[in-house]
Amino acid sequence: MTEQTIVNIGPSHPSTHGVCRVIVTLDGETVVHAEPVIGHLHRGIEKMAENRTYLQVVPLTDRLDYVGSMYANWAYCRSVERLAGIRVPERAEYIRVIVCELQRIASHMMGIGSTGADTGATSAFMYTFAQRDHVVELFEALCGARLTYNYVRPGGVSMDLPDGWVEQCRAFTAQHPPVMMEIDRLLFGNVIARARLKGVGVLTPEDAVGWGTSGPVARGSGVDWDLRRDDPYSVYPRFDFQIPLGEIGDCYDRARVRLWECVESCKIINQALDQIEPGSVHAEGLPRLLAPRPGDAYDHIESARGSLGVYLVSDGSPRPYRMKVRSPAFCNLAVLPLLAEGHTLSDLIVIIGSLDPVFGEVDR
Amino acid sequence: MAFVDDLGAALDKTPGGGIILTSLDAVMDWSRGKSLWMMPMGTACCAMELIAASFSRFDFDRHGSIPRPDPRHCDVMVVAGTITRKMAPAVKRLYEQMPDPKWVIAMGNCAVSGGIFYYDTYSVIRGVDEFLPVDVYISGCPPRPEALQDAILRLREQVATDSIVPGRDRQLNTILPTPGSPRKGDSAAADGDDS
Amino acid sequence: MNIDELREHLCSTYPDLCPLFSVEYGDGMLMVDSSRLHEAASDLRDLGFDRLGMVTAVDTGDEFELVYRVQSREMHAGIFVKTRVARDVASIASVNDLWPAANWQEREVFDMFGIVFEGHPDLRRILLTDDWVGYPLRKDYEDERIIRRPDYI
Ligand code: SF4
Repeated sequence: MTEQTIVNIGPSHPSTHGVCRVIVTLDGETVVHAEPVIGHLHRGIEKMAENRTYLQVVPLTDRLDYVGSMYANWAYCRSVERLAGIRVPERAEYIRVIVCELQRIASHMMGIGSTGADTGATSAFMYTFAQRDHVVELFEALCGARLTYNYVRPGGVSMDLPDGWVEQCRAFTAQHPPVMMEIDRLLFGNVIARARLKGVGVLTPEDAVGWGTSGPVARGSGVDWDLRRDDPYSVYPRFDFQIPLGEIGDCYDRARVRLWECVESCKIINQALDQIEPGSVHAEGLPRLLAPRPGDAYDHIESARGSLGVYLVSDGSPRPYRMKVRSPAFCNLAVLPLLAEGHTLSDLIVIIGSLDPVFGEVDR
Repeated sequence: MAFVDDLGAALDKTPGGGIILTSLDAVMDWSRGKSLWMMPMGTACCAMELIAASFSRFDFDRHGSIPRPDPRHCDVMVVAGTITRKMAPAVKRLYEQMPDPKWVIAMGNCAVSGGIFYYDTYSVIRGVDEFLPVDVYISGCPPRPEALQDAILRLREQVATDSIVPGRDRQLNTILPTPGSPRKGDSAAADGDDS
Repeated sequence: MNIDELREHLCSTYPDLCPLFSVEYGDGMLMVDSSRLHEAASDLRDLGFDRLGMVTAVDTGDEFELVYRVQSREMHAGIFVKTRVARDVASIASVNDLWPAANWQEREVFDMFGIVFEGHPDLRRILLTDDWVGYPLRKDYEDERIIRRPDYI
């Protein structure tokens, strides 16, 4: 054993996917210990929510997971709806499912692209970002924003689908799976990428469960747990879809699970577009100022990163007494020291990328 | 840049050197303005638009602005996103590592003023101009990639006034647009202002 | 074990605090005394609640309410375990030995509320800087940097 060196990566490093600092203890080029230091983007959203009305909190939730804003909107709205006993019209539920599956694609495009970029294949990023831009364009037509949508509101969604949107959406879901197949060949069939990804950062199923990971990180390890199927919410039971699973839980499996989830998402969107009926998109007769009864409520949905939950406590006033966001990225990142041990420094970068953290959500 | 700086200072003192200096400034500013390499200081949501700006769709490279992760290669720092009190020392340090001359673009409401995180929060710094000299502000939450491109073009106009002699400004015969003043080519508005 | 058996089992183990179950969502709630928290947690884990979803706290004024959410993949059920600790001696046994997931989550609660988790291997601030003064999510947190939002509603 040689002398150990301590290397600091971050907090602003192009390969940490945000503002994360990792303090790595190295023996030669081998990682002995990696300690993530988070909190560089801690903005105090939970504290801010205590001084906003229930509706004013929705834009704040956009800024949590900024790669998948719709999820945080939805999780928060479900929690408010449960607290205040609001029934959401069916059309709104369908729209929510459609936008959230589109969001999953947009978010995974980011994740797969950065897996490519981390392994040196920047061209994969070009492909995936072009796909992401299609989704972003659809969202822009829907609510006017490219990133922070503020679209899902307590009681429904803010506005109905615009004219011609359904056709555009169908066109997207038709062209998307072939591109995924191409990326599958291009990136995951590539010898270099396979060598960089296979066998790197293996997360065992026991650790995946014990450390509370969820989403593609847990499913990459073969943990068959997806809230859309196992704790069904909204209209998900009406759709027919598969949950892709990894085999050994290395970076390759995690990235590949993301890729197949995109294809499954396209299936769900198509079914939802077939089933959706005209109707109202917002619950009738809601008061302008929601003031739910005192009590607490928790609800969670399957976001692109895992189970995203929002815990709300109300004291009967028009503002939440306490809001807690159970962030999947936070729990997923906690396994980093476990995965990095024994790998080289360059693999550490790939491992961080494969956990796909979004620091707005990790730090809140 | 030491050589250029010395040369500029020497020319400034020489009688008649100003003529050479002006031409030299013009060449320097032209070359600097056409290759503003940027340091992407993306911390939060705005970073997504910063990435989108440099990828397939909006293709930033055509303006000569290449994102470089190393501060020592960069001319302009694009601060995109919320700066918290834990992050601020790192941003300042990176800024100090950039070689002169350097510029800062504050992208997004958070970097301009704290934006949506202005009230009630204990950890957010209300605008990067609390600790960095900002040249161009872009509003929006997040701004569109086009807005970032516009900012780079505006920054070019500003770069064109710089001189290689520290503390000296080059006179330009164009008036830089400021938020309140009409933009170039906006003749109708300009006429209205004059009357 | 299904939900009904689980309910019966919990009712007989904790007769004084019979857990509430909402049938609609399959979510249960168990209010335990802070001294029995670790015992209840390890009970639940042995019953198959293998995931610790969330650890958080609520400042109720004179006490802190700690909220744990545990999930069972097999039973498709989630249970909230709640307990209260006094404000001046805020400390509780850590459940890090049962679920490693508690590691970061308890650090976060410590960071935000100043609740000490006994037996935690590495209890440090996680989101804020190490030299931060005070615990921001307490209701009586004072900071001169906070600008209060004017009341518009
Ligand atoms: S300005 Fe808006 S989009 Fe940009 S970092 Fe701030 S909150 Fe995010």
